[in-house]
Amino acid sequence: MSNGQSRFHVPTPPYRPGDEPDFTHLDLQKAGAAPRPDPAVGWEETRDLATGLVGVLDHNHQAVGAWNPELSAEVLREGLSHMVLTRIYDERMLKLQRQGKMSFYMKSTGEEAVAVAAAMALKPTDMVFPSYRQQGILFARGRNIVDMMCHCISNSRDNLKGRQLPVHYTWAEGSFFTISGNLGTQFPQAAGYAMACAYKGEDQIAASWIGDGTTAEGDFHAGLTLASTYRAPVIFNVVNNQWAISSNQNIARGDAPTFAAKGLGYGLASIRADGNDFLAVYAATQWAAERARQGKGATLLELFTYRGDAHSTSDDPTKYRPKTEFDRWPLGDPIERLKQHLIGKDEWDEDRHAKLEEQMTALVVKSYKEAESHGTLHEGPLSPTESIFEDVYAKPDWRLRRQRQDLGV
Amino acid sequence: MPAMNIIQALNSAMDVLLERDPDVVIFGEDAGYFGGVFKATDKLQDKYGLDRVFDTPINEAAIAGMAVGMAAKGLKPIAEIQFADYIFPAIDQIVSEMSRIRYRSAGQFTAGCVVRAPWGGGIRGGQTHSMSPEAFFTHVPGLQVVVPSNPYDAKGLLIAALESGDPVIFFEPKRIYNGPFDGVPDTPLKSWAKHAKGEVPEGHYTVELGKAEVVREGEACTVLAYGTLVHVAQAAAEASGIDAEIIDLKTLAPYDIETIAQSVNKTGRVVVAQEAPRTSGFAAELAAQIQEECFYALEAPIFRLTGWDIPYPHAHEWAYFPTRDRFARAMKTVTEA
Repeated sequence: MSNGQSRFHVPTPPYRPGDEPDFTHLDLQKAGAAPRPDPAVGWEETRDLATGLVGVLDHNHQAVGAWNPELSAEVLREGLSHMVLTRIYDERMLKLQRQGKMSFYMKSTGEEAVAVAAAMALKPTDMVFPSYRQQGILFARGRNIVDMMCHCISNSRDNLKGRQLPVHYTWAEGSFFTISGNLGTQFPQAAGYAMACAYKGEDQIAASWIGDGTTAEGDFHAGLTLASTYRAPVIFNVVNNQWAISSNQNIARGDAPTFAAKGLGYGLASIRADGNDFLAVYAATQWAAERARQGKGATLLELFTYRGDAHSTSDDPTKYRPKTEFDRWPLGDPIERLKQHLIGKDEWDEDRHAKLEEQMTALVVKSYKEAESHGTLHEGPLSPTESIFEDVYAKPDWRLRRQRQDLGV
Repeated sequence: MPAMNIIQALNSAMDVLLERDPDVVIFGEDAGYFGGVFKATDKLQDKYGLDRVFDTPINEAAIAGMAVGMAAKGLKPIAEIQFADYIFPAIDQIVSEMSRIRYRSAGQFTAGCVVRAPWGGGIRGGQTHSMSPEAFFTHVPGLQVVVPSNPYDAKGLLIAALESGDPVIFFEPKRIYNGPFDGVPDTPLKSWAKHAKGEVPEGHYTVELGKAEVVREGEACTVLAYGTLVHVAQAAAEASGIDAEIIDLKTLAPYDIETIAQSVNKTGRVVVAQEAPRTSGFAAELAAQIQEECFYALEAPIFRLTGWDIPYPHAHEWAYFPTRDRFARAMKTVTEA
């Protein structure tokens, strides 16, 4: 069929390269319009929230409505700082990847609020099961940047001994679970972890993130079924950044009104929030965390956002979507919006922002120099070769001992 | 010591584990109140409570994924997959996740747990209740794979498996749950009560993982078997009068190369047996390793006695199953070669 006709429905994106994107058809609920029920309500009370859009920052960058988490300027500046660092770090790492310093990279441009605001709304001890685009959590939790870089360039100080692709971080100390490249596996795991928290009578909860495309995986259903059945204290985040590599979100969503709406069928509290609104992400996460800690079970949060850059360094988005989409995205840029909000409150200005960017750039540049002093993937030093045989089991058996000898290490 | 069948021994193992360690939890489809379709978890929910022995939704990926998450938090889960044939929906969670958590996190997280599943044929279960999918799992770094052949080992191996701290796929030969099987179709069921390994201590003990056992000493040939076929091999040796040395592997990953090599170097003739289809089966791994290890001791080609490369049949089950007579022919072939 070359005439664009199809005998069954195959969703297509609204715009392809060369088109002028116009997102007015999205008809998004205005910031401040969504009511905020008590976090202990029955899931039925979240029906409208699942198809609406929880937003706090309005088009004038004012914080409005019942979901305003009323954060201090200090906390907002901290959030802004983490987001700026995330973006600058990503930019730098992309450049370094292009220079051959690492094998692969994945940026989170445009999605910084999804990770940073959520991490700040959670307790630092809450266990997170992220996907590969929530590096913002690590900055918000204060992970050493040199350590992050050492992982990405797989050098002798990579805490994962060079076993994982770049950005597939693990940081147990920061309650950050090991990231998988297999999509969706973290949802049932997060449910199991959360159940174990409840079993141990601890206040800790779990939170996990997947993308819009991954909701099609069986593990999405597995995770939500577990969470609903056992009322696990877990937060399931669906980062709807509109694109799963080249597939538009509608390939996974089908005719469901929103991704959040999928949670209602499981009897889970379900909310769609503006993922580019730091305050909305914070407020929705805070609501879900409170609900979980009260023993009321899981929440499905859809964070409505836009993947501002390529899926990964192996991807070229100009081949399947207009270059101008991110600029035309009706929910803007999360960093710019929080910045303007703070400026509007007289708590920030362009000079301070420029200075912050300079500081963060300097920090990233300096950190990379230090990271590189511990080696790079291509020039070494790497983790010792024999370490490839470690951690398969608690103790290597005869097969691994012999194979190590065979390799001569 | 009390006589137990394999189900009772497994139940006793889980009872001991639950009793000793509050972090042990057990779950699976019908595993809670009902005690499992084979009754392996019978009465354990009643004894230990709803949150320690519980029913799960029918979703094997959920079961395995939940086990991984719970283990990461320090619990010690035993997950039941109702039949080994139904383990495939969990394959991503087991193969890509459970097996690699320790490795990919460089030891920051672990996923010590046991996945139990009734396994193997000989029960007229047809193609969806008779599979022996062990080779799918022995191929996966980070997993241990265990197949007991009697009540004593079943209990000791299950306890050792959970205490190992790494994931274990624990396949239970359901044909011999209630008594050993001699591989002669339609013979009346024998009881474990008359078998030495039907004597099972009530308390805690372990049978070491990775250790095989010579269950019949002999000079004419070596037979490597696990699960139900251990008993079929023994029956074949008695019936044929061939003085076979029979080794019960017990653990397939890692298998006990020392015990195997010692026997093969003595006899020079080998039958490796499995119920699973032949191509790329676990017997192929054994045959390959034996020729690397014992090539100059071999007097005959290694004989693979296996199921056929067909889905497990229902009506013609005994044409598929490595019966006592097929065993005897295999032993004769290698001893006369």
